Amino acid sequence: MAGEGNEGKYEFLYHIADAKFRAYGSTMEEAFENAALAMFNVMIDTKNLKPRQVREIELPSSDIKMLLADWLSELLYLFEVDGIVFCEFKIDRIEKTGEGFSLTGKARGEPIDLSRHRFDTQVKAVTFHELEVQQNEEGFWVQVVVDT
Amino acid sequence: MPEQIKDAAGIVTKVNDYTWDIPMSYKPGMRVPGRIFVSRKLLENLEHDTLEQTANVATLPGIQKYAMAMPDAHSGYGFPIGGVAAFDRNTGIISPGGVGYDINCGVRIIKTNLTVDEVRPGMKELIELLFHEIPSGVGSKSKLRASDSELTDAFLHGAKWAVESGYGVKEDIEHCEENGYMKMADPSKVSEKARSRGKPQFGTLGSGNHFLEVQYVDEVYDEEVAKVFGLHKGQVTVMVHCGSRGAGHQICDDYLKILDKATRKYGIVLPDRQLACAPAESTEGQNYFKAMACGANYAWANRQVITHWVREAFTRFFRRDADDLGMNLIYDVAHNVAKLEEHVIDGEKKTVYVHRKGATRAFPPGHPDVPAVYRNVGQPVLIPGSMGTPSFVLHGTQKAMELTFGSACHGAGRVSSRAAAKREFYGETIQKELAARGISVRATHPSIIAEEAPGVYKPSDEVVDVVHQLGIARKVVKLMPMGVAKG
Repeated sequence: MAGEGNEGKYEFLYHIADAKFRAYGSTMEEAFENAALAMFNVMIDTKNLKPRQVREIELPSSDIKMLLADWLSELLYLFEVDGIVFCEFKIDRIEKTGEGFSLTGKARGEPIDLSRHRFDTQVKAVTFHELEVQQNEEGFWVQVVVDT
Repeated sequence: MPEQIKDAAGIVTKVNDYTWDIPMSYKPGMRVPGRIFVSRKLLENLEHDTLEQTANVATLPGIQKYAMAMPDAHSGYGFPIGGVAAFDRNTGIISPGGVGYDINCGVRIIKTNLTVDEVRPGMKELIELLFHEIPSGVGSKSKLRASDSELTDAFLHGAKWAVESGYGVKEDIEHCEENGYMKMADPSKVSEKARSRGKPQFGTLGSGNHFLEVQYVDEVYDEEVAKVFGLHKGQVTVMVHCGSRGAGHQICDDYLKILDKATRKYGIVLPDRQLACAPAESTEGQNYFKAMACGANYAWANRQVITHWVREAFTRFFRRDADDLGMNLIYDVAHNVAKLEEHVIDGEKKTVYVHRKGATRAFPPGHPDVPAVYRNVGQPVLIPGSMGTPSFVLHGTQKAMELTFGSACHGAGRVSSRAAAKREFYGETIQKELAARGISVRATHPSIIAEEAPGVYKPSDEVVDVVHQLGIARKVVKLMPMGVAKG
């Protein structure tokens, strides 16, 4: 992992070949935002990145776990194709719809610049393996294993 | 009374020194037993998840004989890494989880007529040149600006397209598994997203455990077969290990979602969502297979283009052309792929979808899919080591057809996580240690070296010895690294 666990926002868990993390939030939106932060910190320490560019994200998904996977997958897609490394995430709302769930949010970051950005191994995909979206007394927590 | 092993949680029973079974009683829904091909020592270090995932695979419809795990097996998601399973064409399933994200991640070896003594003095400069000529690492951009129609051609015709476009010679195609492309590829089954991830990365090595290595033949185990493969002691070879990049990952991602729905549609009960699958001959199953073939072909084209650049770099460095340097492709194997193959099961010839996830095809002498030049000795089976540890060339045997659906292991297998590796090892220290042993490593930055330090993998010779002892492939030569480039 490039970044360390972050102020109760997320923590990295042991996984032999890939990366596994849990992210927390008082709302589900916040837990999803922190999951995105954790995922980018697998690749790079996001502390020194600036939120200079923005991408708006709208997603429908069949269920809540799939929505989490789709949210993170979409960010990876934009990272690779638009060449933006993200560091700030804001989800306006996660809603239950007739067909499942939907998400509207924004991701901010800066264009990849290999002369300044030091990447560790790349996150290549978000898996369904041990994927969790849970609620307890303190709020929400999610768990993700990503393929590296 | 079969011997019970406590370390594998009392789960497995011993069949012989290198074969251990997970009985069908272990988990509800298992249709066949699990079978793990490891030594006792490797078994003792096997993670519980690897057994669990092997047992999960055994629950899938139409599975034949056993859900298998090769000697290098470790836990993945869905299937274990090192997993092999065959499913009946008519009653079985096809699953992206049985192939993995990096479709046709694979290995190829290019030989040279240079000797270790000729190459050693300039190794540092040579690996620096290769590092610069073959883009690698996160965010690296290809020198090749593939157009949309070129991408389609790569999806359709793989290494064959690359050679016809000037990246190599005709013999290269003959020395690839599947002759460098799977014929059922259909680019109309590949999403726009997969295309847009694949396009800029075409002609790049990638990151993680992918690498380009200059090696030499350190030991010959079988002179006769080595001669057929064109290998001899002291000879320098080049190994390329990479796959289908973002294209393959996106294809896998897209179809996991499609097959997740199909699983429910066809009423298939799964112990793990990552095993999403559909009946092999269903529309969903076939669409995945056709898209997967595009991913596989992209990877073969990618390794072919990289081979061309390796030859160019050697030509520049040694001021001799690639022909003169004897830079012929020995072979190219896929180690993440599903194939429609014929196998004899319980005395009957059957057509099955063999899934190899972190496993290498290992076909025997006489098999029509083995290139004519190697047909008398069997397919070259290429097993990469990790950075700083040896790689091996083996040859296929009839035994693999009997035991493992013609499969062997694919590498060393991790024993330690990337995060732990970075806590335990310093990239700079590893780099110095390797340099002292005559291995030049060039990476984007030192922590990449720490993540892939030799200590995070099972010793490759231990894994290969199990393969050799089982007889599912036999050792031909050992290759020692002398220069490594990685992203």
